[in-house]
Amino acid sequence: MSTNTAGTLLLAAKSLCLERGGRELFRDLSLEVHGGQLWQIEGPNGAGKTSLIRILCGLARYGYTGQVQRPVPQLYVGHHPAVKALLTPRENLAWHASGAGLYTDAQIESALARVGLYGYEDVPSHTLSAGQHRRVNLARLFLSSAPVWLLDEPFTAIDKSGIDELQSLLAAHVAAGGAVVMTSHHTLRVDFEVRFLHLAGSVT
Amino acid sequence: MSAPGIWQFCSRLLRRQLLLAVRRPIDIANPLLFFAMVVALFPLGLGPEPEKLAGFAPGVLWITALLSHLLTSDSVFRSDFDDGSLEQLLLAPQPLYLSALAYIGAHWLTTGLLLAVVSPLFALMLNLPVAALGVLVASLLLGTAVLSLLGAIGAALTVGLKRGGMLISLLILPLYMPVLIFGSAAVQAAVSGNPTGPYLAILGALLCLAIALAPLAAAAGLRISIDA
Repeated sequence: MSTNTAGTLLLAAKSLCLERGGRELFRDLSLEVHGGQLWQIEGPNGAGKTSLIRILCGLARYGYTGQVQRPVPQLYVGHHPAVKALLTPRENLAWHASGAGLYTDAQIESALARVGLYGYEDVPSHTLSAGQHRRVNLARLFLSSAPVWLLDEPFTAIDKSGIDELQSLLAAHVAAGGAVVMTSHHTLRVDFEVRFLHLAGSVT
Repeated sequence: MSAPGIWQFCSRLLRRQLLLAVRRPIDIANPLLFFAMVVALFPLGLGPEPEKLAGFAPGVLWITALLSHLLTSDSVFRSDFDDGSLEQLLLAPQPLYLSALAYIGAHWLTTGLLLAVVSPLFALMLNLPVAALGVLVASLLLGTAVLSLLGAIGAALTVGLKRGGMLISLLILPLYMPVLIFGSAAVQAAVSGNPTGPYLAILGALLCLAIALAPLAAAAGLRISIDA
């Protein structure tokens, strides 16, 4: 994680409008994410949280209006774990399709150890549970050097100790000058200000 | 931690796809078994006279290879779409053109290349003259590479659909026609002792065109499918 990004603009969205199935999910939504900030997107199911994250990361290219600026590399963790059942956790991370860094074996082992998968590095992933798949995916956060993290429901299927671990990881990332934008219904217990973006058909 | 270079990333993807294929050997064996079964049916349907079979052999071998290949074309991006790897691939900083090419390359190595390598065995079952075997393998090597590239366009467009199998055939079969025509014509020319160079050259030209354009179309198709 780079330490020189605190306070600089890492992600900007200008006047986003999205309509789905004849319903306007949000209109004129502007967002500026600076280093050292954690944004939590809230709202009821179907409010457009996932759609907003997909627009911010660049997966959604059509069907909305507005501009998004992405001056720095991002890391996106979506609903799908992106873990290949036929590959081991080590291979999954070393050959990840996101094209991020080149990691040494030691780095991958320590990342897997930190998500509680020590000893599971070389077993086929199809023997792991759904929660462990999520954990393999979250190990990418420990390896990543991207300043902006876009996380879609990162706490799904994670047990209590995993949630605590993840919260402290997010806090460390923000303290190091990174930024996090996440959707979650979970109340974060961190010792800094969490910025909320509430989606409820209309934006407040 | 530096990001991997373009070629490094592509070779990483290629290795990943090949390892995935090797760990599911049934997917590699399926098109070969289909090839063997259909070829074995022809003598039963057409009658076992060797001369008659030899006359049909170039067309039969090429059509069967094309259909076995078509069976697998749906699977190029399917599992990566299902588990979310495709989303990550689209967000990768490396150009999607080359990533798509790596996927297609892995697909060809596990289908087209193997079909071409085993084809002489099936050709002998159909009494194809030994002199034409070399041309058969060469035409299949070139031709199935074009088929893989074209098939990836259909696979990319239909990957978001639950049952895209029939649709993908409708989309890409018309594009397969030139390959079938020149591929079987090359083998036919070898059987009748005519020069085969021109046909193989046309297949090579088709391959160059497909390498240049098909990954672009597949990449665009993937972006549309992920967005939908």
